[in-house]
Amino acid sequence: MTSAQLEVLLQTLISGLLLGGLYALIGIGMTLIMGVMKIINLAHGELMMVGMYVAYVLFSSFHIDPYLSILIAAPLLFILGVLLQKYLVNPVLKVDAIIPENQVILTVGIGMVLSNIATMIFSSDYKTTPVEYATKAWYLSDYWKASPIELSLSMPWSVSFVFALLITLGLWFFLTKTDMGKSIRATAQDKDAALMMGVNVERMRVFTFGLGSAIVGAAGCLFIPIYYLYPDLGGQFTLIAFVITILGGLGSTIGAIVGGLILGIFESLTSTYIGMGWAPVGRFAIFVAALIFIPGGIVSVLKRRRLSR
Amino acid sequence: MKKASPYLLAAILAVLPLLGLSSYWMHILILVVMWSVIGMAWNLLGGYCGQVSFGHAAFFGVGAYTSGILYNKLHISAWWGIPLSIVATAVFALVIGFICLRLRGPFFALGTLAMGVILRVSAENLTGITEGDLGIMLQERTWVEKTWYFYIILLLAMLAFIAIKMIVESKLGYYFVAIREDQDAAESLGINTTFYKTVALTLSAVITGLAGAFYTNYMGYIDPKIVFALHDISVVTIMVVMVGGVATYWGPFVGAIIMVFLAEMIRSIPKLGAAHHTFFGILLIVIIIYLPNGIVGDLPKLKRLFGVRRSA
Repeated sequence: MTSAQLEVLLQTLISGLLLGGLYALIGIGMTLIMGVMKIINLAHGELMMVGMYVAYVLFSSFHIDPYLSILIAAPLLFILGVLLQKYLVNPVLKVDAIIPENQVILTVGIGMVLSNIATMIFSSDYKTTPVEYATKAWYLSDYWKASPIELSLSMPWSVSFVFALLITLGLWFFLTKTDMGKSIRATAQDKDAALMMGVNVERMRVFTFGLGSAIVGAAGCLFIPIYYLYPDLGGQFTLIAFVITILGGLGSTIGAIVGGLILGIFESLTSTYIGMGWAPVGRFAIFVAALIFIPGGIVSVLKRRRLSR
Repeated sequence: MKKASPYLLAAILAVLPLLGLSSYWMHILILVVMWSVIGMAWNLLGGYCGQVSFGHAAFFGVGAYTSGILYNKLHISAWWGIPLSIVATAVFALVIGFICLRLRGPFFALGTLAMGVILRVSAENLTGITEGDLGIMLQERTWVEKTWYFYIILLLAMLAFIAIKMIVESKLGYYFVAIREDQDAAESLGINTTFYKTVALTLSAVITGLAGAFYTNYMGYIDPKIVFALHDISVVTIMVVMVGGVATYWGPFVGAIIMVFLAEMIRSIPKLGAAHHTFFGILLIVIIIYLPNGIVGDLPKLKRLFGVRRSA
């Protein structure tokens, strides 16, 4: 391998890692809702799209930095999620129907309405937030003059990655150390037992849906400085979140993090070595491989390792 | 009377073109019948066997591209696509079934959704075979008039209806319903659930593929974004069945009428044309909350709501 090839490979891995961190955050939101509610939220990507439009509006009308708009977008998405869960998802969970997957179809309907409303308000043009640091980057040769290879680290990508890391850490702290977090995990593990232990399961469900929406809304704010925005972008990210959830293991936060990183790196590798247009196929190749070889997800592999030790 | 009603309906439909309808109305009729075929196919898998698929566009697209590629690469009539699409979609259905039928319930739904996207992206990128985003255009059309297209899709619809009715009323159909109601119980009674789910998926896929092959011949142009569309094919398929009636013979037909007319109506209102997904989405939400089994499935509920007595 020549140094030029090594350079491309390392650069690909770096950008894959940075992308993976953001993917992980999107996956966590979905896995959280899936764990507690036992339903798949197919409007997940559309909620992220809403978060991105919030950041876009805040930037274009009030010049608020996308990273700061997390503080506004996340609570807004939390409220939206709570309303959706309370007035649409909950009634459907109680309805008796032939097809048990009604809730999933319902979330598809919600997603369609959200993206169509976005099209009507903002038109289907591509939008960006032209922040002044968008093209800034750090170069390896600036710090190490004699470096044989040249690598760069894009500033907005790295900042987004760090933010994603911080949010993930905060969430982990919330889920493991606080009473509320413990109640959520209890509800996810065994709804009935949690109910008997005095956990308000109904409230936990509403809260979790809100929390999952808020996380993915925050992910949207982290994505907008480095990505472009259009109303139909949601569907693609719903699928990404789903692939991460399957890859990581259903309802597992750690699985979502590892799955997100693997997916990011793999996607980056496919687009460098096979072609940009094939990246989605690479994504699903991973998905199919995960289903066939590790149906329980990464988390099951980790557990087996732990048990055999 | 009840037994003869499907044949009566087919006869009425067969007479309709003789009334000298305009080309626009013939187009609407063809779309209604085509969507009922796709809806019936989905209903076999989703309604009777309980496996909700979000990826029927995959099978529709494979059928459509079978016709298109035969015409474009082998230079034979695209009509050959109708018999050959049976083989092509069956192969794809077996592969997709092998992967996705490991998943249950909502995960199966998402697995098929992913398959639809994989096929779309592949069709966009494999330009050597599918011409990519340029799409395939049939240079010469068989008929200018729509009448014969209508009779062909009507024949396909009749065959699909009879086949599905026979399947549902046979032992196979009871296996399907048993799997829908409780997969573990069905398995413990000695039903090979994986095998029968694959059968349901393949049958459903083949019928959808036939509709796809017809679509190529009728419309004369296909591209990956049209035939593998998630919202405009996969989700509309589900809506046709959900609105019409899940696990009923008549549901897909009623649903197809409502969906096609609704789409045309919304399109004809100038400012709301772009909003048709919102209307579809709201309709879907309302149906799921208030009529979870569709108009035909919840007919007793509807009758009660409007105060119609059974004897009336």
